[in-house]
Amino acid sequence: MPTHAYVPHAPGYVDNDGPKIITKRFPLEDSYTLERSEATGGYAGLRAALDRTPAEVHTEVRDATLLGRGGAGFPAGIKWGFLPPGKFPYYLVVNGDESEPGTYKDRLLMERDPHQVIEGCLITCYALGLAQCFLYVRGEMALAQERIARALNDAYAAGYVGRNILGTDFSVDITLSWGAGAYIVGEETALIESLEGNRGMPRLKPPFFPAAIGLYGQPTIVNNIETMSNLPWLMTNGAEQYKTYGSETSPGTRLFAVSGHVRRPGVYEVEQGVTTFRELFYGDNFCQGIREGHELKMFIPGGGSAPWFFPEQLDFPLEARPVGAGGSMLGSGAIVVMDETTDAVKAALRLVRFYARESCGKCTPCREGTTWEERILQRIVDGEGRPSDIDLLLDVADNISPGPYPVAAHPDAGLDAIPFPPRQTTICPLGPSSVAPITSTIRRFRHEYEAKITRRNSIAVSAGSVEVAS
Amino acid sequence: MTNTEAKTTLSVTIDGEVFEARPGELLIEACERAGTYIPRFCYHSRMKPVGMCRMCLVEVDTGRGPALQPACMLPCSDGMTVSTETPGTRKVQAGILEYLLINHPLDCPVCDKGGECPLQDQTVAYGPGESRFVEEKRHYEKPIPINDNVFLDRERCILCDRCTRFADTVAGDKLIHFMDRGNNTQVNTFPDEPFASYFSGNTVQICPVGALTARPYRFKARPWDLDETVSTAWTDSAGARVAVQSSRDKVIRLLGIDSDPVNWGWLSDKERFAFEALNSDDRLTAPLTRVGDHLVPTGWSTALERAVSLLSDADPDRVAVIGGARLTNESQYAWAKLAKGVIGTDNVDSQLADGLDPELVLGLPRATIDEACTPGGTIILCGPDPKEEIGSLYLRLRHAVVHDDARLIELTPTATGLSPVAAHSLHPRPGEVADLARALVEAANGGPAVSAAGVSAEEISSAAVAIDGSVTIIIGRASLAESADCVTDAALQLAALPGSRFLSALRRGNIHGALDSGLAPGLLPGRTTIEAGAARFADAWPSTPASRGLDTAGILAAAADGRIDVLVLLGSDPINDFAGRPLAAAALETVPNVIALDMLVNDSIAMAADVVLAASGATESAGTFTNLEGRISVCRQRVTPPGTARADWMIASEIARRLGFDLGFDSVESIRAEIAAVSVVHSGLDEKALAEALVDGLLIGGSGDIMVPGVVGVSPSAHDAYSLRLVASRSMYDDGVALRNSPSSRGLARSVTLRLNPTDFDKIGVDRGTVVRTESAVGRLLVPVEPDPGVPVGSAVLPWAAPGSPANTLIDPFSTVTDVRVERA
Repeated sequence: MPTHAYVPHAPGYVDNDGPKIITKRFPLEDSYTLERSEATGGYAGLRAALDRTPAEVHTEVRDATLLGRGGAGFPAGIKWGFLPPGKFPYYLVVNGDESEPGTYKDRLLMERDPHQVIEGCLITCYALGLAQCFLYVRGEMALAQERIARALNDAYAAGYVGRNILGTDFSVDITLSWGAGAYIVGEETALIESLEGNRGMPRLKPPFFPAAIGLYGQPTIVNNIETMSNLPWLMTNGAEQYKTYGSETSPGTRLFAVSGHVRRPGVYEVEQGVTTFRELFYGDNFCQGIREGHELKMFIPGGGSAPWFFPEQLDFPLEARPVGAGGSMLGSGAIVVMDETTDAVKAALRLVRFYARESCGKCTPCREGTTWEERILQRIVDGEGRPSDIDLLLDVADNISPGPYPVAAHPDAGLDAIPFPPRQTTICPLGPSSVAPITSTIRRFRHEYEAKITRRNSIAVSAGSVEVAS
Repeated sequence: MTNTEAKTTLSVTIDGEVFEARPGELLIEACERAGTYIPRFCYHSRMKPVGMCRMCLVEVDTGRGPALQPACMLPCSDGMTVSTETPGTRKVQAGILEYLLINHPLDCPVCDKGGECPLQDQTVAYGPGESRFVEEKRHYEKPIPINDNVFLDRERCILCDRCTRFADTVAGDKLIHFMDRGNNTQVNTFPDEPFASYFSGNTVQICPVGALTARPYRFKARPWDLDETVSTAWTDSAGARVAVQSSRDKVIRLLGIDSDPVNWGWLSDKERFAFEALNSDDRLTAPLTRVGDHLVPTGWSTALERAVSLLSDADPDRVAVIGGARLTNESQYAWAKLAKGVIGTDNVDSQLADGLDPELVLGLPRATIDEACTPGGTIILCGPDPKEEIGSLYLRLRHAVVHDDARLIELTPTATGLSPVAAHSLHPRPGEVADLARALVEAANGGPAVSAAGVSAEEISSAAVAIDGSVTIIIGRASLAESADCVTDAALQLAALPGSRFLSALRRGNIHGALDSGLAPGLLPGRTTIEAGAARFADAWPSTPASRGLDTAGILAAAADGRIDVLVLLGSDPINDFAGRPLAAAALETVPNVIALDMLVNDSIAMAADVVLAASGATESAGTFTNLEGRISVCRQRVTPPGTARADWMIASEIARRLGFDLGFDSVESIRAEIAAVSVVHSGLDEKALAEALVDGLLIGGSGDIMVPGVVGVSPSAHDAYSLRLVASRSMYDDGVALRNSPSSRGLARSVTLRLNPTDFDKIGVDRGTVVRTESAVGRLLVPVEPDPGVPVGSAVLPWAAPGSPANTLIDPFSTVTDVRVERA
């Protein structure tokens, strides 16, 4: 057996022997304590940042092309530049409401290395002249909450957070906030509403993005936990060093949470852009192939909201741009692998049900449309489908997300990819996300739908006479 | 076109036609002005858009190709191209309607909204025709009451956020919320927290479906059966514009009309549901005369003869008239002419020691509601809690403070409904508000801040700093247990603030019309005095009073003393409404003859009236109304009065005729013509101007001949350590005779409690709910106590006219303040 393997005290994490920028402490059993963090270079990035001017720190981050890890992949250094000058106070909100189906990397970052997250927040605050940071952690993540809370108390006690940090004039308060269990609060404007004490419902943007009008009406930067976790290493080692990993347009490493029918599912730290899905699924360092005796049928490359990929897309690099052009998104780095035993219609139903349950209820198309989709799919799965249901499903979806929906190429059928992103009649992408499994599966596996519908109809005509396809 | 011109309008192409939009104008508004209606459910012009229903999606091209955008959220930009009728737009609109209808019951035939329902109308105009939804709809228990009057049918609800947004951002009563999520999202209240808002009826009016319905209208009529008339709400002095709707000659619903300078379409529930009292079974349908202890119905000629014989036998100086705020301007003028011109008495007062010096109200420079609500301005509240007394004014003030950056400084004896949004809440000791005002003005004018009236120098200094921009002072009676002179002195102090203007918060319906009509001692109609204005009335009136008469307190004291022979109660109830119940009771017991004009028998009438003349109500007679700004708006007749009840001006004309003088009035128009002829301030009041100002009303400005009175120089007696100083303030719902006769309002009067600061509890040794004996120099009450941190230490707050425990029992109208001993009963 190679040395890389599951780490017993870090369930879900796989040490793949590759470059480690943000998981370097994961193999250590007490990685979440202040003592271990300090003994292994913790807060060195903060010291390095404090030795420079805030503008220099900002420039360093911009030069490193640190892409946001929340899903949209927008460069953090550019986003920071959107703060309107002089409209103080600014706020930093760190999004730890990781809820995308298939994603569990931020949870590990908070559980295994909370000081790295806190240090990243401090570096951001220093770079942008902020005095208040809000760290919003998903409600269900009990261990992450416990570890982050303890780490923050220790960091306050050690003088890393609070007044006059490390003897400088730089002061920051970090406030923890727990979610109450709504997926939509992972959307940044809904998160801001939730932080303000309101029901988590997204705000329309444009006209105002949080960087202009955010928390309590003030300019607000919302960044992901993983983005923050990259900053200490980046400050210590510099942008040049950072860019030696990954591809030119997507430098550094990313965490990918692979689940499903692979031999070794788990969270992997992977160099972006240079690694392909095939290497990730089949590489000995990584997932070690599809489970014994089965073959890949389809996979979701970027969390439940992403259109699905198929074996033809295995050689796409793990990089946002090509995946987007290929008809999907890399999103939050959650990859769900499904082999040929998976019922495509049932899998689509399972995901659509998630979006129907999690719709915040604000926009009519999402609130009503996702539930309608779920009920049609449920009917088909229950053998109550009608021949018109497939077109109805597509049209119900079309009223949530009008026009051609992003989808992977289907070379055998001579169909090209439709690039990301979809159009939407809703404020946020939750509603359109429910369309992804429907269009992906109908385009590819329409016969599975038809079989479920025909079987029901055939039973009505002459019971038991029909062979079921697939 | 120059550059500056380019900034004043934006060229937007709407379906191929170029339209000049205003900067900042939302696309949905620009399209509407251009004549293109974009369908919508959640958008409401008086609330911030939320972009929730997605019905207003249209294709917008701002140079990057057409994309679907919500027109209610998108400000116009120069060069924008909008297509509202493309196949793409139409498909989405049909799709949204199909979505909305999948869970909406198709019970239109039994739904109150059917026929005036935006969902129904827009489905016909933009909908898909039929649904492809074959599953079962969502089900909820229906309907559930969310307060005493409003019912919620969650199955019909389309979750547009109008009611919840109204409750939160307009009324400030965040008591209805979205709950649950996804397809189960619903509007509801939290358990044991009903939607107890004075403004809940507005949610019914703005609901775009039949999800919210109000008890008074439920299942009463179909919209196409209704007759409608524009009128003015009469229960307070805001003059909110309303549409009065009737069916089969009975008023069954009032809706707010969006009048830009006044009420923006909103109404308080009291304004909205007050018509029920007019439909009461106890309405007087014929005059009454006293036979022994009983009032018995009689004919008009008998009743009028008796009234006239009482009046003609009496010495004019021994005749007095109390009341008149309920009447229309025209009836007020007719009664002023009858009392002051024909009978010849100046003992006429439309206020019951519950108002202000008329010369203060009319003489000070006045502000409109819009001026008070100037963005970025300062509002100084030296008066009652607008939320309790003048609901429409409260909503406008709250909007100015919350959404338009106005700063509110309260100089009130206790916390008010606006305190949560006020910049500074200063609570002077009762009777000492003038000292506080002086200290505040001195600090604002650069002097040193000193503590005053129990308010610290720091609080006064920081409030003084906040005074900036346009300054409007709202004056009125925050407490009826302290004399009106306290407010006079405070107002005169505050008048020294540069550029300050005043907005009267006298509460009674048409009280400002009454003051303009001369229903106050020493005044004649048109903001003039008996001295200055007599010449102007020489032709129209037989005479004018030679010397100033008594106000209500003076009248009642004289009556108790046997110096009044005939008392006319012009829609007034001194027993319950006069600030001094013992004196009112003594007066009514002593005065030999009482003539009353009213719609219902109130306690004073039952006790003392000899003749009761049945008067018509607000929706039963035509006329005009003057609101607290001096804005005149029409009240139109919608239904016929019950029985033989008649308009107050007709009764005045009839009495005058029987006294041998023709008032010269045969219609309200003829009265208006005379008002316009004799009054300096009403010269612009003509029929054409009134008709043109149907919605917004006609603002009457200027002080006429009225001079601002001098400082009274009140100095309340020293406060002894064993007493608490009483604050008696009105609540929206009390035991008034009209509310008692409104089924939907009857139960809403709160049970009476004496509210004290919690720190005073130990001093008198009581707990929450302990019944205490509250005793003043003139009376006593037994009431339970309740802690309230909004009450300053040393004060005790009692609601006015609460059922069973009238606060005016404790009040002596001639003393500056009212001290009470509070002891365990």
